[in-house]
Amino acid sequence: MFAEELAVFPGRYAGHLYLSLSALFTGLAVSLPLGILAAPRPRLAGPALGVASLVQTIPGIALLALMVPVLGGRIGFLPAYLALALYSVLPILRNTIVGLNGVDASLREAALGVGMTARQRLTSVELPLAMPVVVAGLRTASVWVVGAATLSTPVGAESLGNYIFQGLQTRDWGAVLFGCLVSAGLALVLDQAIRAFELAAEKRSRALAILGGVGLLAILAPLLLTLSGPRDVQRLDRDFAIEAEPLAGRTIVLGAKSFTEQYILADLITRRLEAQGARVELLQGLGSSIAFDALVQGEIDVYVDYTGTVWATLMEREDVPPRAVMYAETSSWLRNEHGVLAFAPLGFENAYAYAVTRDTSQTSGLNGVADLAGSGLTLASDPEFFGRPEWTRTRDIYGLQGLPTRGMESTFMYEALSGGEVDVITAYTTDGRIDAYDLVLLDEPAGALPPYDAFILLSPDAAEDRALHAALAPLASAISNADMRTANGKVDLDRLSVGEAGAWLDLQISN
Amino acid sequence: MLEAGETLALIGPSGCGKTTTLKLLNRLIEPDSGEVRLGGQEAHEVDAHDWRRRIGYVIQSGGLFPHFTVAENIAVTPKLLGWDAARITHKASALLEMVGLPAATFAARYPADLSGGQAQRVGLARALAGEPDIVLMDEPFSALDAMTKDALIDDVARVRRELGFAAVIVTHDFSEALRFADRIAVMDKGEIVQMGPSAELIARPGNDTVARLLEAPKRTAAAVSAAFSEGG
Repeated sequence: MFAEELAVFPGRYAGHLYLSLSALFTGLAVSLPLGILAAPRPRLAGPALGVASLVQTIPGIALLALMVPVLGGRIGFLPAYLALALYSVLPILRNTIVGLNGVDASLREAALGVGMTARQRLTSVELPLAMPVVVAGLRTASVWVVGAATLSTPVGAESLGNYIFQGLQTRDWGAVLFGCLVSAGLALVLDQAIRAFELAAEKRSRALAILGGVGLLAILAPLLLTLSGPRDVQRLDRDFAIEAEPLAGRTIVLGAKSFTEQYILADLITRRLEAQGARVELLQGLGSSIAFDALVQGEIDVYVDYTGTVWATLMEREDVPPRAVMYAETSSWLRNEHGVLAFAPLGFENAYAYAVTRDTSQTSGLNGVADLAGSGLTLASDPEFFGRPEWTRTRDIYGLQGLPTRGMESTFMYEALSGGEVDVITAYTTDGRIDAYDLVLLDEPAGALPPYDAFILLSPDAAEDRALHAALAPLASAISNADMRTANGKVDLDRLSVGEAGAWLDLQISN
Repeated sequence: MLEAGETLALIGPSGCGKTTTLKLLNRLIEPDSGEVRLGGQEAHEVDAHDWRRRIGYVIQSGGLFPHFTVAENIAVTPKLLGWDAARITHKASALLEMVGLPAATFAARYPADLSGGQAQRVGLARALAGEPDIVLMDEPFSALDAMTKDALIDDVARVRRELGFAAVIVTHDFSEALRFADRIAVMDKGEIVQMGPSAELIARPGNDTVARLLEAPKRTAAAVSAAFSEGG
C-alpha cells in the first residue's frame, strides 16, 4: 500500500504546489495594484474590501465547488485555481491598503517636499515602508491557499487533498495524516521562505536570502521524484493484452466520487481499459454533482453512479417505483435530457438498509423495520439522512415517529453500534463492515428505501464509442452485492490497497 | 519680495496661516489666486516636482525616510536632479561636516539611531543637498530641548552665512525669529499684518496683534536681565 501511495506522490505534490503558487501569484498580481489604487481612494477601498471579505466568508470547499457551474461544468485545474486565487485576494489587498495608509503623513509630505513625483514617492517611500505589512498579508494568503488547495480534490484537481479525501473515505488515517502533514509542512516552509526573503531585503542580508532560497529549493525538491521514475510505476505489474488493443493510443478520462467503493470500481475500470491499450486519466474524489456535470460536459468520459441518486438528486423525484421501473426511467431521462448513456448495471446495489447487531436482533426480537416501533431503541445515521424522503417515508409507513434518532458521521456509526451507544444504524448494503461486525439487515417490505443500482454512465461522446463499449461490456451485471461488500471490506477493514481490492474484483469477474 | 540670501521669519499665533503660506511657496498647497515667482520664473511654468527640487524644505520632526541611511536621505534630491554618484557622495559628506555630523560616523546610520537634534541637522543637510537658492523651514527647532535648540540655531545661521541661500522660517517663537531672520512678517488670520526688521517691529508695533506677540519676549528679557544684574 505504501509503495502505491508513494508512486502517486510526485503528481499530487506537483499539482498541489503548481495550484497554490499559481493562485498566489495571481492573487498578488491582482491585489497589489488594486490596493495601490484603492489606498488613497476610500470610495474604491470600501467596496473592494467588501467584496474580498464576502469571498472570504464563503467556505473554501463551497467556493471551489461553485467555480464548476460558474465555468459551465469545467473541472480540474481551472476552477480550483480561480477559487484559490480569489481566496488569496483579501489578505493581500487588505494589508496593501492598511500598509500604504499607515505611512506617516509627514513622510508622505516630505517626499513631495524633496522633489519626488507621486510615482517616485510610491515606489521609493510608500511601498518600501508598507512592505512589511504587505508581506504579512502575502504570508497569510500563502498559508490559507496551501491549506485550501487540499479541498480541490472534489472539483477534480489533483492535490495532496487526494490523500485526505481518499483516506477519510477508506478510513486510512495514515493517508489522511500524511496529506495533512505534507500540506502543513509546505505551508510552513513557504511562509518562512517569504519571511526570510523579506528580512533579507530589509536588512540587505545575503545569508537570509540564501536561507529563503534553500526554503524554496526544499519545496521544489520533491518534484525531482517526478523526474527520477516513471509516473505510472504502479501500473507496471499489470497484464497488458498484447494481441488486440482496440483502445490503443486513446486516453479515457475516468471519474470517481469520494468513497471506497468508487475508488475500487475506478481501479477495476482502469484495469479493463488499460488491458485494451487505453491510457486512463483518473479524476478521483469528485463531488457527486460535480462528477455528473463533468460527464455531461465531456470533461470525463465515464463514471459509476447509482439509480437512486440520479432519481432523487438529479431528477428530483420523491416517489419510489420498483427497481426495474426506476432503472428504465433514469436511463431514458439521462439519455433524453443530457445525452448521457446508462451503459449497463454493474449488478449490485449500494442502498440504505437499517442494520442492527445480531445480539440486538435476537434479544429485541427484531426481524423487520416494523418491529422498531415502540422498541425504545435509538437510530443513528448521517445528519442529512433524517431530512431526506427515505427517512420520512420509512417513519410514516412504519409508525416510527417516537423513535429516538441521532446524527453522526457515517465513519463512526459502526463503532457506536457495536459499543452499544446506539442500537440501529443506516448501513450501505455494500459496506464491508456489515459482514465484519456480523450485522443483521432489517426487512423493509414496503419499499420505503429506494433502490440504488450501480450503473456505468458514459458522456455523450463516449456513448458513441464502440471500442469503449466493448471494453466495458464484461462488467455488465458482473458484480454481486457480496463481492462488492468483500472488496470494500478489503480496503476498509483489512487495510489492503485500493489496487489490491480492484485486482481481486477483476479476478472474480474473469472467473 | 525676498532678496537673494535674505532671511524672513513668518511668525504668528497657531492657525494664523504661516505654514499654509510656506507650503504655497513650494506648491504643496496650490493657491486659489495669486502667483509665486522664483528668480523671475512663475511657479506654474514648471512641473510641481521640478519646482520643489529647486527649493530646500525642512520640517519640524526632520521627516527623514526611516528606510534610508543618513547619506541616502541627503542624496534624495541630488539623485532626482540626476547628479553623478561621485558628486552626490562628495556633497553629502561636505554637508554632514558642515552641520556638525562627521560623515565617517553618521553617513551609514539610520534615522532611528539619531537624537532629535542630529535628525534635524540631517534634515537641514538634505534640504541643502540640491544647492537650492532658497530653503523653507517649518518650525525646524520647535521639537528640540532648549540646549539643543540653542546650538542648532547658531549652526543653521552659520551655515546660511557660509552658503548664502535665502530662507523663510516659520516659527511661533519671537526669539528664534529675532536671532535668525533679517526681516520678520507677523501673520494673523491669514494676512501679514506687519513686516519689517525686528528693531522696527519692537520700536513701532503696528497693531495689537504685534504688540501682544512682543509682550511675552519683553517680559522674559526683563526678567532675564534683572536676574543677570542681581547675579553680576
